[in-house]
Amino acid sequence: MLTFTNSHLLLGELDYVEPASVDEACALLAEHAGEARLLAGGTDLLVQLKLERAEARCLIGMRRLPELRRITGEDGLVLGAAATIRSIARSALVRGRYAALQEACEAFSTLQVMVMGTVGGNVCNASPAADTVPALLAFDARAGLRGRHGERAVPLDELFVGPGRTVLHADEMLESLRLAPVSAGTGSAFLKLGRVAADIAKVSVAVRLDREGEHIRDCRVALGAVAPTPVRSGEAERALRGQAPSAALVQDAARAAADEIRPITDVRSTAAYRRHAAGVLVQDAIRRAWARAGGREIR
Amino acid sequence: MRRMIRIRVNGEWRELSVAGNALLLNVLREDEGLTGTKYGCGIGECGACTVRIDGEPVLSCLTLAVAVDGCEVQTVEGLAVDGRLDPLQEAMLDTAAVQCGFCTPGMLMTARALLDETPAPSEQDVRDHMKGNLCRCTGYASIVRAVLEAANRDGGPEMAPKPPALGAPRRSRGAPRTP
Ligand SMILES: Cc1cc2nc3c(=O)[nH]c(=O)nc-3n(C[C@H](O)[C@H](O)[C@H](O)COP(=O)(O)OP(=O)(O)OC[C@H]3O[C@@H](n4cnc5c(N)ncnc54)[C@H](O)[C@@H]3O)c2cc1C
Ligand code: FES
Ligand code: FES
Repeated sequence: MLTFTNSHLLLGELDYVEPASVDEACALLAEHAGEARLLAGGTDLLVQLKLERAEARCLIGMRRLPELRRITGEDGLVLGAAATIRSIARSALVRGRYAALQEACEAFSTLQVMVMGTVGGNVCNASPAADTVPALLAFDARAGLRGRHGERAVPLDELFVGPGRTVLHADEMLESLRLAPVSAGTGSAFLKLGRVAADIAKVSVAVRLDREGEHIRDCRVALGAVAPTPVRSGEAERALRGQAPSAALVQDAARAAADEIRPITDVRSTAAYRRHAAGVLVQDAIRRAWARAGGREIR
Repeated sequence: MRRMIRIRVNGEWRELSVAGNALLLNVLREDEGLTGTKYGCGIGECGACTVRIDGEPVLSCLTLAVAVDGCEVQTVEGLAVDGRLDPLQEAMLDTAAVQCGFCTPGMLMTARALLDETPAPSEQDVRDHMKGNLCRCTGYASIVRAVLEAANRDGGPEMAPKPPALGAPRRSRGAPRTP
């Protein structure tokens, strides 16, 4: 049977509060346990509420927490959770040095969604296809969480439990994402395959390579939309680490990544297609990242 | 929950009582009678509901009215000044970029934001900025042309008027822009 949802209205009583501090926000989350949700740009949450895929009695707005919108360059890169996708795409601290992150933000489907959407919303919504996440994983991002009982830092690859699920406690919120510093020999790239330009990813890949002479000293290979959560490919990373890139090595790494992932078949693609496409994207992303790291052309 | 908010709509401060779950789109259309802003999909996909909040192009179907308390909101009705159409609106008419017109208000708001930030965009800039505004009628070419044309005209009144694209007769709506 077809069911029609009314996307014209937001049904149900809704309270709305704007705390003046993160502590107050955590207290509110605790007080309304299970019934309150943080509202950042609303581009995921309001859609889910309208389509009745989420429930809330109280929304906690973050407008009065300007510190959460800050982007700073201290000891790497620190993104406030409420920094918008567009502000990250255009930040001078991101450009060049964190190329994969910039490309991930630019790959977002539409201008309006980039203006409204935030990196914290993208991460906490925990979609396997979230565009910023593979790029954040490539830079060893740590999620700075704060709750009623204090703070903790969680490596981003330990934050996701499954589609739409994270390790955040009911009273906890994401404050910041801290990315590792990059060196002169670091190069990175993000590639996304969508159905059309303005769509979420069928497959996305972020690669970071640290070059030392002709060798890859260290690397990260992260993929989106190919498993229940965004994932790193440990096998692809192992294949690359310590090696001098060649066409054969790049192919080996791509095959390792394609073998390791667990894609599904859905309306956007079949699993077999995703596996194939992931391999192709991994190869392209390695080549780009290597070129940006100042490496010689891979033959 | 109902709450009083103050928003500046097209230059005029308004005090409104809104429900906690009221969307800006519906407040503008139903309470303020500003029906230029359109409801297309309600889930962020089409851009027909685009308005500018503090200058930024935002989807009013995914914006709570209570969350824009204190903000400046501009809708398509706020583009014309003293009965003179915005150069973008004129260019839309001149290049026949309006067919059914349903997408036009959203297109105009996104395009105005682009031109305010990037006065001389490339065709690719225009297409990138406007990919969140869907049109079922025109095929986009005439809309892109209109934005580029408006950028040209914005470039300065001393510039010689270009012949209208598509051979469309130049419609005069509102007072002429050039002195
Ligand atoms: C038309 C359209 C196109 C889209 N295209 C893309 C795309 O191309 N790529 C992509 O990755 N996504 C896309 N999205 C999804 C969405 O825009 C992004 O995930 C966006 O980054 C979400 O951010 P937000 O600020 O709007 O989140 P919100 O909707 O405000 O919040 C999302 C979730 O995170 C929680 N949350 C928010 N901030 C915090 C915090 N600081 N701490 C704890 N929890 C928090 C909220 O409670 C909610 O559960 C699209 C959405 C739409 C409607
Ligand atoms: S009605 Fe808002 S994006 Fe379609
Ligand atoms: S003119 Fe009809 S939708 Fe664009």
